[in-house]
Amino acid sequence: MSAYEISIVSIIGINVILAVSLNMISGFCGQISLGHGAFFGAGAYAAALTMTGHGGVPLAIAAALVAGSLLGVIVGFASLRVRSDFLAVTTIGVNFLFVGFVRKQAWLGGEMGISGIPATGLGAAGNMTMILLFAAATIALSLYISRSWMGFAFRAVGEDEAAAATLGIPSGAYKLAAFGIGTALAGLAGGLYTFFTQFITVDAFDFIFSVMLMAMVVIGGIGSTWGVVVAAAGLTLLPEAIRFVNEYRLLVFGGLLVLVIRLAPGGLAAMMQSLFLAAPRR
Amino acid sequence: MSAALQLIDIALRFGGVQAVAGVSFEVEAGDFVGLIGPNGAGKTTLIKIVAGLLRADRGAVRLSGADVTRQATAARVRRGLALTHQIVRPFRDMTVLDNVALGAGYRHTSSPLRALMHLDRRREYARAAEILAEVGLAGTERKLAGALPLGQMKRLEVARALAVDPKVILLDEPLAGLNQTEASKQVETIAKVHARGITVILVEHNLEEVMRICRRLIVLNNGQVIGDGAPRQVMANPVVHEAYVGGGMASHAEA
Repeated sequence: MSAYEISIVSIIGINVILAVSLNMISGFCGQISLGHGAFFGAGAYAAALTMTGHGGVPLAIAAALVAGSLLGVIVGFASLRVRSDFLAVTTIGVNFLFVGFVRKQAWLGGEMGISGIPATGLGAAGNMTMILLFAAATIALSLYISRSWMGFAFRAVGEDEAAAATLGIPSGAYKLAAFGIGTALAGLAGGLYTFFTQFITVDAFDFIFSVMLMAMVVIGGIGSTWGVVVAAAGLTLLPEAIRFVNEYRLLVFGGLLVLVIRLAPGGLAAMMQSLFLAAPRR
Repeated sequence: MSAALQLIDIALRFGGVQAVAGVSFEVEAGDFVGLIGPNGAGKTTLIKIVAGLLRADRGAVRLSGADVTRQATAARVRRGLALTHQIVRPFRDMTVLDNVALGAGYRHTSSPLRALMHLDRRREYARAAEILAEVGLAGTERKLAGALPLGQMKRLEVARALAVDPKVILLDEPLAGLNQTEASKQVETIAKVHARGITVILVEHNLEEVMRICRRLIVLNNGQVIGDGAPRQVMANPVVHEAYVGGGMASHAEA
């Protein structure tokens, strides 16, 4: 593989982890989060600090997971207090706060970011393999959760919290769990991104990026793991393959998002189902 | 033996309205209590306080002797309390079977970690199918809950409440909006529920049915208990009669 191909596959792997983890929060559990970039960023900075402090790869991965989920659980507590539409606004705020905070912190490199992050020692192909393994594990976890009683309860909480409570489901605990797991994985993606680029600036984790991730989830089909995987890969490749799309990236993604919501709210997953399956199934 | 349900001096004010004003009563295990009263008497508010969906300003709720006043709804459900909502709220995007199986798996879903450890749903599906047959919804298992007509949705509410193996069941207007045939089927189901030894508290506007099936009536008016006892005796009480005059229900009381 060429260096270019390796970098594309690496980014696809990272975006798959991000979109699938966002789908756990917003798709499975119905908690609309438009600040996934902040958790991604928290993981990236935690891994960068660990690597520059010569903590090594395993510790950097652990730090990324912890940083993502720590911030996630804090935002999760907000989800216990606010209605779902306010939660979306709150998460947008968290994303802006994160970016604004990091920009002013000298120890996080401020505007300049953190450069010269030590390499993992695995080489570009080795990094890519590691990313793909973690992406595969994330997909497996997502599929497992959706089949487990946790996924079953998530759907109930996402649809009607009070009704879920009357079936003995502690809705708050499930919302926290969704945020905890989803944002830990976003943190992991951040760590892998740090290994991949060895240079991070806060602009990579801004609100626009969070919206792109939500576009992947919605276009793939909210709640469908495979739909989201396909959309994440497709929407990562599209700007690379078509020059026009790259130049008008926001316009194209925004347009696709509006079209899907208007014409096919179930996204790719629902379209595939209605094409190939007689009876709708999840 | 302690009562199945005890309410001690429950009160709740919404802005300028005292919705519930110091309500106390006990319900013995196995009893069948009708909770009635004119519109705005505080029935649904009281039921929601008992279920933990609303928090009272003061007072205590005890289930089989245990104080649950500070517990969330889900914890009360795991202690043997079930409720049906006045306005049906099925999980519309799930099948009828899933709706009930989710309740039947309440032991798995008591914490996210425990839920993560469990995959198998066969036992809960089997139990759910049994309950659906019991409430007369056999054959609807694979339908989406949101596609059911109202009469069947009302029965689905009862089925979901039964799925959590309740000791006490709160039914908030399970007959509202049903036609006569549907209503009598629903009453039959409720009678069967009671025959299984479950304590039933029924909030209902259909006085005729309430008088027919309840063993005890509690009448609320302006957030206070104004009558409590055997149905005929309670309805003969002049204070209760007074509360209903103008409500258009006095004739039922005399019937």
